[in-house]
Amino acid sequence: MKISTIIRVLVLVLLATFIVMPQVFSPVFAPLTRFNAPAIYTQTSILSLTLSHLAIVAVATALATVIAVGFAILVTRPFGEEFLPLSRAVANIGQTFPPVAVLALAVPMLGFGTGPTLVALFLYGLLPIFENALTGLTGISPSVREAARGTGMTGWQRLIGVELPLAFPVILAGIRLSVVISLSTATIGSTVAARTLGEVIIAGLLSGNTAFVLQGGLIVGALAVLIYDGFVALEKLAARRMGRA
Amino acid sequence: MALIGLVGLVVLPFVLFRANRIVQGEPLRAWEALGDSGIALVAVLGIALASLVIRTRLSVRLAICGGALLGLSIFVGLAASALIPEGDNFARVSAGSGFWLMAFAFALAGADALARLGLRPLARIGVLASVLAGLAGILMSGLWDDIDVLREYQSRAGAFWRELQVHLFLAFGAVGAAIAIGVPLGIVCYRIPRVRAGILGTLNVVQTVPSIALFGLLIAPMAWIGANIPGAAALGIAGIGYAPAFVALFAYSLLPMVSNTVVGLDGVPRDANEAARGMGMTNGQRLTQILLPLAFPVILTGIRIVLVQNIGLAVIAGLIGGGGLGTFVFQGITQTAMPLVLLGAIPAVVMAFAAAIILDAGVELSQGRKSTSR
Amino acid sequence: MIEIENLSKHYDGRAVVDDVTLAVADGEIAAIVGTSGSGKTTLLRMINRLVEPTSGTVRIDGRDILDQPPYQLRRQIGYAIQGHGLFPHHDVARNIATVPRLLGWDKAKIAARVDELLTLFQLEPEAYRHRMPHELSGGQKQRVGVARALAAGPAVLLMDEPFGALDPIIRAKAQEDLLDIQRRLGTTIVLVTHDMDEAIKLGNKIAVMSDGKVRQYAAPEEIIAAPADDFVLAMLGSGDRAFRLLSLKTAGQAVGPGPADGKPITAAASLREAYAEMLWSRREALPVERDGAIVGRVTRAACEAEATRP
Repeated sequence: MKISTIIRVLVLVLLATFIVMPQVFSPVFAPLTRFNAPAIYTQTSILSLTLSHLAIVAVATALATVIAVGFAILVTRPFGEEFLPLSRAVANIGQTFPPVAVLALAVPMLGFGTGPTLVALFLYGLLPIFENALTGLTGISPSVREAARGTGMTGWQRLIGVELPLAFPVILAGIRLSVVISLSTATIGSTVAARTLGEVIIAGLLSGNTAFVLQGGLIVGALAVLIYDGFVALEKLAARRMGRA
Repeated sequence: MALIGLVGLVVLPFVLFRANRIVQGEPLRAWEALGDSGIALVAVLGIALASLVIRTRLSVRLAICGGALLGLSIFVGLAASALIPEGDNFARVSAGSGFWLMAFAFALAGADALARLGLRPLARIGVLASVLAGLAGILMSGLWDDIDVLREYQSRAGAFWRELQVHLFLAFGAVGAAIAIGVPLGIVCYRIPRVRAGILGTLNVVQTVPSIALFGLLIAPMAWIGANIPGAAALGIAGIGYAPAFVALFAYSLLPMVSNTVVGLDGVPRDANEAARGMGMTNGQRLTQILLPLAFPVILTGIRIVLVQNIGLAVIAGLIGGGGLGTFVFQGITQTAMPLVLLGAIPAVVMAFAAAIILDAGVELSQGRKSTSR
Repeated sequence: MIEIENLSKHYDGRAVVDDVTLAVADGEIAAIVGTSGSGKTTLLRMINRLVEPTSGTVRIDGRDILDQPPYQLRRQIGYAIQGHGLFPHHDVARNIATVPRLLGWDKAKIAARVDELLTLFQLEPEAYRHRMPHELSGGQKQRVGVARALAAGPAVLLMDEPFGALDPIIRAKAQEDLLDIQRRLGTTIVLVTHDMDEAIKLGNKIAVMSDGKVRQYAAPEEIIAAPADDFVLAMLGSGDRAFRLLSLKTAGQAVGPGPADGKPITAAASLREAYAEMLWSRREALPVERDGAIVGRVTRAACEAEATRP
């Protein structure tokens, strides 16, 4: 446990340094370049690309969370129960759509830039969150549901006071899945001119500069690992608070 | 749902007409594109939509949705043929947002009816097969030949089939390799708990590397292997081409395979395992006769996840010259040619879809006769 | 006072509860016994409208339960269920405080009530107030579950197999504690169980149900002495009936004049215990003591007369 914590801190420090001052790492990446090509991507500042990347993912995930959890709540209410099988089927089917295809199909409708990327990430992020919210909301033990009704809570009080808090760790796991997928998928957004870290990777692919590909990939990978870990820690904390430890 | 369809029917254009590939499309509603028969189509679809609002038997509903989808497909083809002047090779007709929205509405309603019917796994595969057969029938009949996507296909039919083959090879080959390596690795993780965290942790990290980066990063080592290890080049291992893509897909496939194998083995009831041990089975016998058969549904679920994921991810191979359907997608994106994007994306989606349905049914069958309703 | 009149519940045309009429007097415990599927739980759940009746009426203290929204009704009726149903994300104090909070009590009053109940259920407030449910033993969870049901001081408490998940020793203790608390608070209790012994031990009255109908609703003595039909007889277990009859009377009630040797038995002990003691110590009669003085004896013959079919 100790060692893994040290590694995490180390990764965080390296990542932060690289994002702010990429030139420091120039010697590390230099052996990977050929014909004296630059070792570090400088066309756009890595910092601004990272921030833009994170912002796109954050906005898409936040929207996806609101909509997906909202839908999951609707279909688990008595009046929406009719749509439960349909929504399950759609979620199941939707997940088979490759993210690249979602992105590619969004371009013609929304043009180039950040728009289609946002839409693709939003749509693709919906499914894991919806799926998990549904699992969380329907997985509450019958005796707890019964007790909530029996103590005289109104539907609204049951939702806010019992169902959502108990489903929270599971919903959080869904958001985590969605964020990690989105972080990676957002790089593809740069093929349609969204400002993400994919720009670095694609520049590397186009000019045959492995150093660019590597640094772009490493930043996104490290971000994903750290955010993933952060979510897992949050989930553990939440699960303990929910008495599921 | 019916509301969505209504908007699609009346407000949005049914087809887009362009004099050539580049110019802005001219949106046409159904009756503008088809004249009198267009009005008839609108009327029939309107009735179909209205019938969805009323509560009817599920099978009737399903039939209405199927019929409406078929009608839509036929008429969009007819509209294309009608709009394009004889012998004009530059004009393009594409399905408009109205078509897509209506198709979406009916497909959703049909899916709803299907979900409520709670079909058994084999019946679901049957429905899938008949839908695919219908699709193939329409394609072969030449009805859609004047639609832009197929125009693109006609001008590159050879390339299409070649890339489709590459795509399938990438997706299935990587899954095969992942099964061959991942299942034994999963067994090792199950047997030796000490290595479990290490293996799963490493694979987890691999999973977080963005796909385009991993594809790109493998170019250099693959080139090196191709150049320096005798025989590797003969197998097609090189920096460009499918090798880096194949290895990347394989790497992404390993985690779900290994972790599902471990979860499946862990999920084998303790008493079944104990009973087997008590009856004097050797470790090997226990593995092949008790553990693996009982873990099989979960392992199959892993294969389903990986296969569907690979069919989608293989599209990215197009970006690094690895071939596959992604070639068309990324060509289309750089040329802002939507039909070309669709030519690559639609088959990938259909294949992923079919793979998901078939393997889901397989998982359910392997679990025995559990309830089919979700 | 709970009055149930011609109450029925139909699902898809099938009667799960079929025209049930019964009344529970204030401060009484009514035990509803039946096999699974007999409709006993549905009957109970109609009293706090967790299930809406198809027809018939339920009045509590003269007021029709349909007169107010279900959630308000439920806040006035305690409800304890099998598997306790504690909210896993709230600590013990917050769980007990559920209904008082819904009713909008002020904080100090709630805190005082929580401590009072914890003490009543023999859980040290300091130690247990902030425990999470998963940190409690089965018996403790059950006690917190009942404490929660009683938190707002309801006049009526509904219990659905409340001791079902407990092992026999803890169950016996929990049953005695419940009787004790009920006597102190004077709560009217309707309790559902599949265990006839539990019903006999706890109930002032027992309703035996099968196929949605109440076969017999009477005091335990009457049920054992004069089962209304074969089903009630089967529920009693015909082989155990002799001993059940013995367990209804105390030694004090069967005491007669005359001498007897050996260790005396208290007047409060049941005849069942007295008979067992005679067999065990090979005696024909036992001296009976009340308040430290020997008041007479019980004989084997007296026990056997009590245990034969009337």
